[in-house]
Amino acid sequence: MTQLRDAAIVAGNRIPFARSGTAYARASNHDMLTAALDGLVARTGLAGATLGEVAGGAVLKHSRDFNLVREAVLASALADDTPAFDVQKACDTSLEAVLAVANKIRVGQVDVGIGCGVDTTSDAPMGLNDDLRHLLLAAQQANEPVDFVKLAGQLRPSLLKPDIPRNAEQATGLSMGEHQAITTAEWGVSREAQDQLALRSHQRLAAAWDDGFFDDLVTPFLGLDRDNNLRPDSTLEKLSTLKPVFGDRETGTMTAGNSTPLTDGAAAVLLATPDWAADHDLPVLARLVDAESAAVDYVHGHEGLLMAPVYAVPRLLARRGLTLQDFDLYEIHEAFASTVLATMAAWEDEEFCHDRLGLDAPLGSIDRDRLNVNGSSLATGHPFAATGARIVATAAKLLAERDDFEHGGRALVSICAAGGNGLVAILEK
Amino acid sequence: MSDLYSRVVNHEYGRKVADLLGLPTPAELRRHVPGEPPLTGPVLVGGDGDLSTPVVELLRTAGLDVHTEPADPEHTARYAALVFDATGMRDSTSLGGLHEFFHTMIRRLGGSGRIVVLGRAPEAIDDPAAHAAQRSLEGFVRAIGKELRAGGTANLVTVAPGADDGIAAPLRFLLSGRSAYVSGQRLPVVTSSTTTVADLDRPHAGRVAVVTGAARGIGESIARTLARDGATIVGVDLPSSGDALAGVVNDVGGTALQLDITADDAGERLVDHVRTRHGHLDVLVNNAGITRDKTIAGMDRRQWDMVLGVNLTAMESLDRAVLDADDVLGDTPRIVCLSSMNGIAGARGQTNYATSKAGVIGHVAAMADPLADRDGTINAVAPGFIETDMTEAMPMASRELGRRLNSLSQGGLPVDVAEAISFLAWPDADGVNGTTLRVCGQNLLGA
Repeated sequence: MTQLRDAAIVAGNRIPFARSGTAYARASNHDMLTAALDGLVARTGLAGATLGEVAGGAVLKHSRDFNLVREAVLASALADDTPAFDVQKACDTSLEAVLAVANKIRVGQVDVGIGCGVDTTSDAPMGLNDDLRHLLLAAQQANEPVDFVKLAGQLRPSLLKPDIPRNAEQATGLSMGEHQAITTAEWGVSREAQDQLALRSHQRLAAAWDDGFFDDLVTPFLGLDRDNNLRPDSTLEKLSTLKPVFGDRETGTMTAGNSTPLTDGAAAVLLATPDWAADHDLPVLARLVDAESAAVDYVHGHEGLLMAPVYAVPRLLARRGLTLQDFDLYEIHEAFASTVLATMAAWEDEEFCHDRLGLDAPLGSIDRDRLNVNGSSLATGHPFAATGARIVATAAKLLAERDDFEHGGRALVSICAAGGNGLVAILEK
Repeated sequence: MSDLYSRVVNHEYGRKVADLLGLPTPAELRRHVPGEPPLTGPVLVGGDGDLSTPVVELLRTAGLDVHTEPADPEHTARYAALVFDATGMRDSTSLGGLHEFFHTMIRRLGGSGRIVVLGRAPEAIDDPAAHAAQRSLEGFVRAIGKELRAGGTANLVTVAPGADDGIAAPLRFLLSGRSAYVSGQRLPVVTSSTTTVADLDRPHAGRVAVVTGAARGIGESIARTLARDGATIVGVDLPSSGDALAGVVNDVGGTALQLDITADDAGERLVDHVRTRHGHLDVLVNNAGITRDKTIAGMDRRQWDMVLGVNLTAMESLDRAVLDADDVLGDTPRIVCLSSMNGIAGARGQTNYATSKAGVIGHVAAMADPLADRDGTINAVAPGFIETDMTEAMPMASRELGRRLNSLSQGGLPVDVAEAISFLAWPDADGVNGTTLRVCGQNLLGA
């Protein structure tokens, strides 16, 4: 087998993220993804270029958007003969897309590509309910007038009730927040710790914006030039007044302040071989060196819905011969503040690491000063399929910015997803 | 021809009404179209001086139909341009040659016709009579510019001693449609030219041009024009204008750099981007500018500081950054800065703006020598009334006044400013350095 090549992260771009129903209320996934791609193309000077592959996707899709990414490429400034395909893996969508392109690069199938994702909960698809849909499908098959009369007899007002996408697991009917509330309680994650984490996310993201960190990572869209979920002036006092929204409405600890809101946005990452990057006068910010996916059985209550990354990380570490402490940066997606806290608590827990992860010793703790250093989803918001690309671009730029990392510049990216899925990856300078 | 009045008076009946009322009838200006000949007819070269012979040769080499003797009086053909060599005029009595030539020939000038008078730089002449005679040319050109109709322009090129070689690019610019909105100006040629351009339709081929404020308006037009002329564009604008910037850059080819030019490290970041992404920089166009209009009594310090900061201080530090960065400037570097007619004439409510834009004029004059040391030039362009979103938002009365107070009776277009900038940045425009060229249709303000 030939030597694997390096998959370099060359550039990233996203549009500012917007809370559902605000700045992008009238924008479609297609609009947002095209804008994110065009900003990336302008920054990297690739107008009219043919890339090897563009992989991406959205979680909430209209049925007409089955070829969303290819359509966005056609609408973008990229050459029309750039191939593209759609991926869908809930909140892991664009990390999986980035990984797909990275792997194609590594095995030598393409030299350059884009991994991307987009989601709108504002312009969400709304379906006919199943009864009406079945009725209409039957009507398409009907030939005789009498068949139509029979079908017309089945019409009921209730058929007009639309099928609205719900943020709920099909297998359990529980929302993601309700699932996480179970995990939060199991691990005894305190309200204060969650609020602290949320506050820090906002503070760090605000500082990054003020420092111009996002000048070459974000392109404005529809008049928005900053994430509008960001609350730079939030305080612990303000956060502590919010009522619980998941779990027990009295004793619960999860609030709108320490959970991510529904968000619209798009993000993209340009990957290439280091040679391609050099030929095009583009930098190598970091390399995507490895990744691992995992899933957990949350249906039967064996594990929390969002705990899959907890299982993926030790397998990845073992394969790479690393410990959890061998990283300079940690990017753990803040689906909920308690997700991050429960994840870290599990890695520190001897019994859990022994019983569930099959480890002789716990993975141990991580340095909080290296965790989500420029804020994460609690502050930016979380357009499901865009989050992975946002995190990879941010982590890559953070690695590129400094030369004095203890471990030479290595980042761990961890993103939990609906369906009990999880995907983690390692980036190195 | 964008404004309603111009459209009406260029219509058959509209023109009759306008003539009847003595209203101005702005002509549709001849503008540059790539691939089309630089002039629509023959050019007549008159006068007598050192430049007559080289100019005739120059124009013939450029493929123009050059006449050196006026056609016989019966001849009705029109000239597209009249070039008059006045360098030989050494005293006031010799100025009669101007009357002799233009008295009859001005009637022969066609639509969007060009008058270019070539003179000597008076500053360099010690003999009082010769100095006065050469200085007189400026008054003549300004007056005849106001007599021209149908989109004609008149300009004076003054040539410094030893700079005769430097007139090719200025002549090419002033005779072409690229100078549609430049009239009544003196363009000094201060040094000879050591550079030539292979493809005159793409004078910037292979060159890298940075344009600040490139997302919209005049800056967008500059980026598009430089790209049309062959340059690879580095479009710079505020991060908050990044989407419009991306649209422009993706259209013209190049890279987008979201940068607040007033940031402390702006110069460093610009140089770093240019160096890593393009290797070098040939043209820097300091176009980014803002207004915060208030009379001085009502203006707070912040409004003053913002305008001076963006329009002058940031520009100065960007220029310093590209000059100080050893390995980033190309072989024939060009810096072009945006001044303004209001920096010359002043405008009520614009003490901050006029101060900054007059400062630009001083900046390019003062930086000419440092640039010349690097085989480069630095010049400014001072636009008059240009049709943009900003002027579109003006009250009707002041907008109409602004449009008509010039010899061409119309506002200029962003591309007119862009063409002048592109010209000043041409590799063979190295004879022009330290000057500020007005692109104002010979506006009355500040003239």
